[in-house]
Amino acid sequence: MKLTLKVWRQAGPDAKGAIESYVLDNVGAEMSFLEMFDMLNEQLTESGKEPVAFSHDCREGICGSCAMMINGVAHGPWKGAAVCQLHMRAFKDGDVIVVEPWRAKAFPLVKDLVVNRGSFDRIIQAGGFITASTGGARDANEILIAKDTVEHAMDAAACIGCGACVAACPNASASLFTGAKITHLGDLPQGQPERDMRALSMVETMDIEGFGHCTLVGECQEACPKEISIDVIKQMNRDYLFASVKRQDPRAVAAPGG
Amino acid sequence: MAELLDLTSKVPEGPLGEKWDSHKFAMKLVNPANKRKHHVIVVGAGLAGASACASMAELGYKVSCFVYHDSPRRAHSIAAQGGINAAKNYQNDGDSVQRLFYDTIKGGDFRSREGNVYRLAQASVNIIDQCVAQGVPFAREYGGLLANRSFGGAQVSRTFYARGQTGQQLLIGAYQALERQISLGKVQMHTFEEMLDVVLVDGRARGIVTRNLLTGKVTSHAADAVVLATGGYGNVFYLSTNAMYCNASAIWRAYKKGAAFANPCYTQIHPTCIPVHGEHQSKLTLMSESLRNDGRVWVPKKQGDHRPPAQIAEAERDYYLERKYPSFGNLAPRDIASRAAKEACDEGRGVGPGGLGVYLDFGDAIKRLGKQTITERYGNLFDIYQRITDENPYEQPMRIYPAVHYTMGGLWVDYNLMSTVPGLHIAGEANFSDHGANRLGASALMQGLADGYFILPYTIGDYIAGTKMQPVDNSHGAFKEAEEGVRKQQQRLLDIRGKRTVDSIHKQLGRIMWEYCGMARSREGLQTAIKEIPALREEFWNNVNVPGSSGSLNQSLEKAGRVADFLELGELMCRDALHREESCGGHFRVEYQEDGEAKRNDEDFAYVAAWQYAGENSTPILNKEPLEFENVHLSTRSYK
Repeated sequence: MKLTLKVWRQAGPDAKGAIESYVLDNVGAEMSFLEMFDMLNEQLTESGKEPVAFSHDCREGICGSCAMMINGVAHGPWKGAAVCQLHMRAFKDGDVIVVEPWRAKAFPLVKDLVVNRGSFDRIIQAGGFITASTGGARDANEILIAKDTVEHAMDAAACIGCGACVAACPNASASLFTGAKITHLGDLPQGQPERDMRALSMVETMDIEGFGHCTLVGECQEACPKEISIDVIKQMNRDYLFASVKRQDPRAVAAPGG
Repeated sequence: MAELLDLTSKVPEGPLGEKWDSHKFAMKLVNPANKRKHHVIVVGAGLAGASACASMAELGYKVSCFVYHDSPRRAHSIAAQGGINAAKNYQNDGDSVQRLFYDTIKGGDFRSREGNVYRLAQASVNIIDQCVAQGVPFAREYGGLLANRSFGGAQVSRTFYARGQTGQQLLIGAYQALERQISLGKVQMHTFEEMLDVVLVDGRARGIVTRNLLTGKVTSHAADAVVLATGGYGNVFYLSTNAMYCNASAIWRAYKKGAAFANPCYTQIHPTCIPVHGEHQSKLTLMSESLRNDGRVWVPKKQGDHRPPAQIAEAERDYYLERKYPSFGNLAPRDIASRAAKEACDEGRGVGPGGLGVYLDFGDAIKRLGKQTITERYGNLFDIYQRITDENPYEQPMRIYPAVHYTMGGLWVDYNLMSTVPGLHIAGEANFSDHGANRLGASALMQGLADGYFILPYTIGDYIAGTKMQPVDNSHGAFKEAEEGVRKQQQRLLDIRGKRTVDSIHKQLGRIMWEYCGMARSREGLQTAIKEIPALREEFWNNVNVPGSSGSLNQSLEKAGRVADFLELGELMCRDALHREESCGGHFRVEYQEDGEAKRNDEDFAYVAAWQYAGENSTPILNKEPLEFENVHLSTRSYK
């Protein structure tokens, strides 16, 4: 098939960006969307132009590197899939495809379609862990966890940290990402001792990093390649509320993990 | 000729079961108050790197971690699907540390070190405890106890798993432990920094040179010890199940600074991957080995039988793994299953486009267990398959074909995981230590975490406590010189401005490697490759086109540097494969077989081949570490 690609090009964080158009011929339906981008980049390189910078790595939907808004939809038209899992069968001859980067204040643009998602790491640093230094663990089977509980935790733990939830949200909120971690760890018995601290600290870090507030629009769960449910945000809000009540001045509490 | 290397393994004396304990006691300790004065650099944050960073920081060392990704959570360990082995014997099916040790030695075709492998089996038990404590959501039974599944090369059920995302969950566990140490100021995290050289001062590894991928700035960093946990080199084949960025540059540049490269030809071709779709294919997708628990592998008995699978009657199907290896059946180890698939296709009985595929059929399992159970066990894998191929594996058998997946070879290390360069430690897939000539399924995660959580934190301390070092910083001449070397290479790549793209040369290298150094290797083929690769390298350095500049994000430049290294490593792999005149594990030489099975030669080749760099345009020097087997009997590996 023959396609017209309209791709966001921006030389650097402070440069002015613009959409550029490229025509790409002989695209096969069996190719993945990123293989189509490889083809475009080969074509650009051969014609003496700079290829489009884009994030990608595992190409099987698990590393969370890839990030593209395709015709205004984070990760494109296939539900429950990252861009790297999208195949060209989803398009037809003559289509015009607009490709843009994730846009959010907390994800500063690096170049073309590449953004910096370091803010997600800082949210995890704020409390997205269970303090369990190496060496002191008791036998794994001494902790009994009901199958349903662990399955629920796993649903949330499936998050790949790609940032599609932020890109899709009209407020650029990171609530689905943060809620998923709070749910994963908060569901498990091992996660209880730090549960309050975790919620307080992670939620506050979201604000500090410049993510917007959640107004329960629900775009995040539609965009999530792992189909994480918006219920995790309810769990986050509940944990945050309970923890806030328990500790009248959350800002006075020490950072968790110490 | 350079002097031969000292390849003393440093495996302690004494009974196998007591070696590690007595070694731990014999090792020197660093006073708790002094640990923060010692700086350790860790390159890579996959399972081995992240767990090493977290554990060493918990002990009190000053740790710096470098990754080329935007976050340590992106490391390729995340893509491991099936599970992690541990000798817990929770299933009461006869498992033990001894049995996991034996299975791993045998699975590796008797080409690994007994002492290292036994220690790995011992640590496996602690790994599961550690991961559960961190909140890794392993699958559970209804009563709340941990669940297990079976994997290839074992007759016990010892694999722990978290759906088809075990690697992801283990990595997230280690990543979270690492992030905690970052928040406490114990680990200095450097993202978007690619390591491009090791710096030696007085013969010891004292730091690294990195290039910031966003700004292009080349800087160097000094430390008391360096750990490379930078993964494997499967992407030398271009097409593999590895992530696109996976590369050999860190270990290759360490090799050129004096670290011996062990058994480079030992590569694992995984039997269950989705077949190649065409010329533009950029990577291959693995279908977890766990599928072979319930899927049955077959091809038509007749050559060139192109009927749809449903029309091929039971009597006309050849379940070749069950036929050839009745006691292990579909759970034969990876190297054996891959070769059997290749044979079936070479005989003209392959299925799908180009005849390069075999069926993995769940029809019987669905009849026996119901669709619901199969969905619970493998649902996400079936979805992945359907998304890629547009075929429904609940209704028709999957088509699979072998693909490059893992490299057992890597930098040589002693029992302390230290390379032939003092102070330079290698962990995870980047070292050669535990898997011999073939890795068993669900053992890579185990090794990465054993190295990082339970071995390096001890052995690095021993190295630091036992070594007198002058303080150095990156103003030292050796650092400036190494930085300059990196800058020059970047500029040289940009100045070529030839006609060929980096990818086109990488693809060509991949074809040479797959053809001559893939599943079946021959003297003649390897000799051809050893002629073709230098010619391609010449073409690369004269005619590659790397657009853009070095002053900002330039993905073509990053790729070019990695491919330049693959073009050298590929040749070394072929030389190693040529010299090893036997078939063992993943290394199959067509000249050495008996009744279609690999023929190992213990008399002449029961050693680790550790290659020593001898300078540009010089043939590398072969060093040998003899392998001694005191506890297992060297036998012909049989899964029949």
